[in-house]
Amino acid sequence: MASGMLSLTCPSSSSLSLPHHFKGGAAAAGKPKLLNQASVFGKRFVNTESFTRTTMAVALNVSRFESITMAPPDPILGVSEAFRADTNEMKLNLGVGAYRTEDLQPYVLNVVKKAEKLMLERGENKEYLPIEGLASFNKVTAELLLGANNPLILEQRVATVQGLSGTGSLRLAAALIERYFPGAKVLISSPSWGNHKNIFNDARVPWSEYRYYDPSTVGLDFDGMIADIKAAPEGSFVLLHGCAHNPTGIDPTPEQWEIIADVIQEKNHIPFFDVAYQGFASGSLDVDASSVRLFAARGLELLVAQSYSKNLGLYAERIGAINIVCSSADAATRVKSQIKRLARPMYSNPPVHGARIVANVVGDPELFNEWKEEMEVMAGRIKSVRQKLYDSLRAKDKSGKDWSFILRQIGMFSFTGLNKAQSDNMTNKWHVYMTKDGRISLAGLSSAKCEYLADAIFDSYHNVS
Amino acid sequence: MASGHGDSVFANVVRAPEDPILGVTVAYNKDPSPKKLNLGVGAYRTEEGKPLVLNVVRRAEQMLVNDTSRVKEYLPIVGLAEFNKLSAKLIFGVDSPAIQENRVTTVQCLSGTGSLRVGAEFLARHYHEHTIYIPQPTWGNHPKVFTIAGLSVKTYRYYSPETRGLDFQGLLDDLNAAPSGAIVLLHACAHNPTGVDPTPEQWEQIRQLMRSKGLLPFFDSAYQGFASGSLDEDAQSVRMFVSDGGECLVAQSYAKNMGMYGERVGALSIVCKSADVAVRVESQLKLVIRPMYSNPPIHGASIVATILKDSHMYDEWTVELKAMADRIISMRQKLFDALQARGTPGDWSHIIKQIGMFTFTGLNAQQVAFMTKEYHIYMTSDGRISMAGLSSQTVPLLADAIHAAVSTVV
Repeated sequence: MASGMLSLTCPSSSSLSLPHHFKGGAAAAGKPKLLNQASVFGKRFVNTESFTRTTMAVALNVSRFESITMAPPDPILGVSEAFRADTNEMKLNLGVGAYRTEDLQPYVLNVVKKAEKLMLERGENKEYLPIEGLASFNKVTAELLLGANNPLILEQRVATVQGLSGTGSLRLAAALIERYFPGAKVLISSPSWGNHKNIFNDARVPWSEYRYYDPSTVGLDFDGMIADIKAAPEGSFVLLHGCAHNPTGIDPTPEQWEIIADVIQEKNHIPFFDVAYQGFASGSLDVDASSVRLFAARGLELLVAQSYSKNLGLYAERIGAINIVCSSADAATRVKSQIKRLARPMYSNPPVHGARIVANVVGDPELFNEWKEEMEVMAGRIKSVRQKLYDSLRAKDKSGKDWSFILRQIGMFSFTGLNKAQSDNMTNKWHVYMTKDGRISLAGLSSAKCEYLADAIFDSYHNVS
Repeated sequence: MASGHGDSVFANVVRAPEDPILGVTVAYNKDPSPKKLNLGVGAYRTEEGKPLVLNVVRRAEQMLVNDTSRVKEYLPIVGLAEFNKLSAKLIFGVDSPAIQENRVTTVQCLSGTGSLRVGAEFLARHYHEHTIYIPQPTWGNHPKVFTIAGLSVKTYRYYSPETRGLDFQGLLDDLNAAPSGAIVLLHACAHNPTGVDPTPEQWEQIRQLMRSKGLLPFFDSAYQGFASGSLDEDAQSVRMFVSDGGECLVAQSYAKNMGMYGERVGALSIVCKSADVAVRVESQLKLVIRPMYSNPPIHGASIVATILKDSHMYDEWTVELKAMADRIISMRQKLFDALQARGTPGDWSHIIKQIGMFTFTGLNAQQVAFMTKEYHIYMTSDGRISMAGLSSQTVPLLADAIHAAVSTVV
């Protein structure tokens, strides 16, 4: 913080009305009148007794936070704010990854409504959860991720702690890395979800990037990815998107996953999965977990942050988990105990409501099956708007530009390949809101709007550089 | 390094002990004895020994769940706007000039703990003084929260074991010796664990001293309404500091007074010198929150907002809250009477003098261990008992245990 002497030139003391305790002696009745605000930087100064001088060190009437600057809006969440402020009727919000129906309405899953009604009927209490969260939630969550009959679970080698959705779970893992793997780096894909770097920065965990997106192919730079993972110091944490990579929508193939696992094993790196879209990528919960299960089956220890924001539409309930697959039950017990120690000074114990919803849906065979059906509908709608967007662009664009990457990409997002200027054009001219990295959320696109979006993309790509 | 089974990258991770407070419940749950008593964590119990969900909370929750127009979209990073405004009014008063002048930024956080952590992280980044003074003793989690946020923790004298009351001179001396600008943690009411609060006159002296030294108040308000039974009365210490025009931080929790424990509902307010500063401060709070959990959980905050904004529900709440506070006060009297009746050695009047959910019994760690082993009574080793966990049925058991402990263990 800049330091400096604060001086004020004040009017004569008779027109000053200072808080009573400046005057010394017994407290006077009545409220103090404030001096005019002053703009200063730097340290506060202790009040001086004399206030007849025209220049004085004034302690009280300057904010201690005066030098704080205005932080920029969040690049992702800020998009929705800008969208809300736009009055144009053609506006389209393709910013944040929140699922919308064909009518562009938010969607609360039927199974979630059913679960909440059940919970209400049972009249459950609101007692504190244990620090590690709801036991029944933790159980079904690990099973959902790894498969209910996974030997790892039967051998009690998985430490699962309920966390505040994906972000909170990543943060707990980051705190664990900082404390127990001092100096270890996290390797983050280039690009990745914007908040990843913030999480590791705030947790004081160093990170570097591995090549991922190849703009020339609008595909995976697999050789670059492998080379960068190989080049990293042994024992690094490699942050991998379990499926439906955010923001690109580009996932490794099963064969590529095997090679990635080989390299990670060779270098004694620790795989660190971010699983925010299980079920949303292909429509199948099991298929979308195959990358994680592949690594786990090799006997590797791994970290997996899970979120139910998208696949159960529980965005605002903040429900997720951090799973640590360990080489022994003893290690899992110890690791879990240390994660608890990190959660306690952050929020003590996690919120119960979302956890109960998940436990009820995932833990009940009937509701679980219904969920799978709703999941397929949501993933299906996204696949169909991908197709429609592609078809509209194909029809419009006779330049030979290949838009088929839209069909190859998977999950909620598409990385259009548009640069910042082109993305700005999308917003400024076409009122299409997206993030500056060229990412659009297909979850926010309706069939009806595909044509319009195709026009906007075509214009931005060909007419703006 | 992990290359398969056997080796673990976590080999150097030792098993952490259970949290000293929450671990009491863990131990209690393991105890097979039918006559056990959990006086550990501060969660209210009915006369029947059961957890309580307030009627008004149930009603609000029903309204929300049955409202088909409600969605589960992400809240803003700062949380539910309505909840934030209502929380500020609750603690600062509906007519608070600080609110009217837009000098207050209020952000929804995860109960008291989350509010303290976000406030501490903010101060560690943006405030020039990184020392926080906490009372001796204080809630066990306080030093952990502040230390992990990057603040350095010092203590000020607070509790006097001799008088079982406030060491007021010690408090004043220690705050007077603090460096100018240091942060000072204050329990707004119903000090945890001692139940010993300053009088209004003492609060005024504390305020004057702190303002003259430029010490920054950081209030922890976890028991508003639970101490005296009156929401306004329990907010007086905070309001006294706000009405002098100065700045402060306030962490608010709805865990106890609305029984929202597991929903994690709370708020952090920062009262600033000007509206412009408040806006900038809020923007920086968002940068603390986003990499921690992105945005807060909606359920509990919606329930609280529903109640606070409806005058009938609000009134119902105050009645239910007073009933809880009154039951605790009656347990204090009953326990005191029971010890008197047994002729238990010592002066037990502190039981009825202390305020809020807890009694700082004055029992030492050996006596506590004795009570747990012989009588299956679970409490924290500092001798703190949660009066909220007592009932008329269980008072005699506790009185017997205390009597035995002070008579046989030194």
